[in-house]
Amino acid sequence: MTILPSIKREYLIKLARDGKRADGRTFDEYRKIEIEPGIISKAEGSAKVKIGKTQVLAGVKMDIGDPYPDIPEEGVMTTAAELIPLASPDFEAGPPKEDAVELARVVDRGIRESEVIQVDKLCIEPHEKVWMIFVDIHILDHDGNLFDAASLASLTALYNTLVPIERLRSTLEKLQEKHPSIKKYLEEHPKDYKLPLRDPPISCTSVKYNGIVAMDPSLDEEETAEARLTVATDKNGHIRAMQKGLNGTFTQEEVKKVIKASIVNGKKIRELLYKSVGK
Amino acid sequence: MKTDIKLIVDGKRLDGRRPDELRKIKIEAGVLHRAEGSCYLEWGGNKIIAAIYGPREAVPRHIQNPLRAIVNARYNMAAFSVDDRKRPGPDRRSTEISKVISEALEHVILLEKFPRATIDVNIEILDAEAGTRCAGLTAAAVALVDAGIPMRDIPVACASGKINNQIVLDLGKDEDNFGSADMPLAISPRTGEILLLQMDGHLTEEEFDEAFNLALKGCHIVSELQKKAILEKYKPILEVE
Repeated sequence: MTILPSIKREYLIKLARDGKRADGRTFDEYRKIEIEPGIISKAEGSAKVKIGKTQVLAGVKMDIGDPYPDIPEEGVMTTAAELIPLASPDFEAGPPKEDAVELARVVDRGIRESEVIQVDKLCIEPHEKVWMIFVDIHILDHDGNLFDAASLASLTALYNTLVPIERLRSTLEKLQEKHPSIKKYLEEHPKDYKLPLRDPPISCTSVKYNGIVAMDPSLDEEETAEARLTVATDKNGHIRAMQKGLNGTFTQEEVKKVIKASIVNGKKIRELLYKSVGK
Repeated sequence: MKTDIKLIVDGKRLDGRRPDELRKIKIEAGVLHRAEGSCYLEWGGNKIIAAIYGPREAVPRHIQNPLRAIVNARYNMAAFSVDDRKRPGPDRRSTEISKVISEALEHVILLEKFPRATIDVNIEILDAEAGTRCAGLTAAAVALVDAGIPMRDIPVACASGKINNQIVLDLGKDEDNFGSADMPLAISPRTGEILLLQMDGHLTEEEFDEAFNLALKGCHIVSELQKKAILEKYKPILEVE
């Protein structure tokens, strides 16, 4: 560990002994969350999420493509994250590195496995044409907890998404010559419509340093952390996904506590999300 | 380029602008906390963030210049910034734009103060609608001031072009697609030196003069907006001191 992080670590541990965090929060308290949907006009859906000073922008683009042979009647979703050098002095230009890939995959899993998107409703012509959904995550300012910010931004962007019938009408009409049943799809969907979604699980991330568990870690706390745990919970308070990271450990009791706190905070964040998209 | 589409009707352009009128511009300095300096800029439908890191040691070492700093601008388009999703990462177009912007900025920055260093200028196009390189350079300039990088001047950029045989300022989306010439220009407004000049399309010598003067006029208007944005952030601080 270089000098600066080790000084910060000692400082955070000293504060924690007195039951404090550097920014005055309690250990299960989030920083201020701001959600701004629909800010990119070229995207089918978009959202900027701020958690404290962390800022993440997610944009959704849709296109018409070929389905996977094993799921010929389902739409296809891909998630990509870019840790662009704009967001942090430590991010470098170039192809996505380990961290960006992990971030994208965890967010992707959160959306895919929880079946937020009703992919069965995104079929244009079975075995031939389906909707492709691209969720692109842009980290703008990095002050910790990219996992929660990125998944919340992606979810909000999906809620903000309109299936672009108008933009791709000429393409669809051209495809109709080869696949006549697209006519039926166009009749059923004459104009842009909201992406069909189910209630989303909300991810909450905690870290542990020196025996203390803190939710929504700032960058300093993240750099000090020995272990990390992300828990996604749904609106019924059920656990839908977990991911433990880093080489430290948690006890069973700590995990239980993290789950409880994740359910409480997940509920609050879900309300913020619904409010921002008018649901 | 097609020219048969009517882009000017009764002296008004498709978006209602006069030929010598700019799109709406909004500039905000210092919007990111991690970067040394930053700027958010909206120019018509363009939405752009610029962030500065450095001066810091240039790595790998072989790219260092022992006599001065290098400017490493990186123009990058978000995948969702255009109609058909753009594949993430640099392509030939963004590489070229990064290069001409780096070179334009190098002229105004006091590079000799920071030997062996790099000044990284990150320009992210979040929403694109014609004229992103001018808007990007303009945002980068404000971010450089916000970062406290010593400069001879605050560079500024604006394009002019030709649609339906008329010279107009600051081409919009359809004008860019269907117009007959586009000429981005960046200057050092204090001296009038040309930092960046590109042109594609078709102009006579007379038309070039007219287009150049119009772009120059646009640059000076945008320059005032840049200064206003910087003052808005720093004036309260200056007053307290």
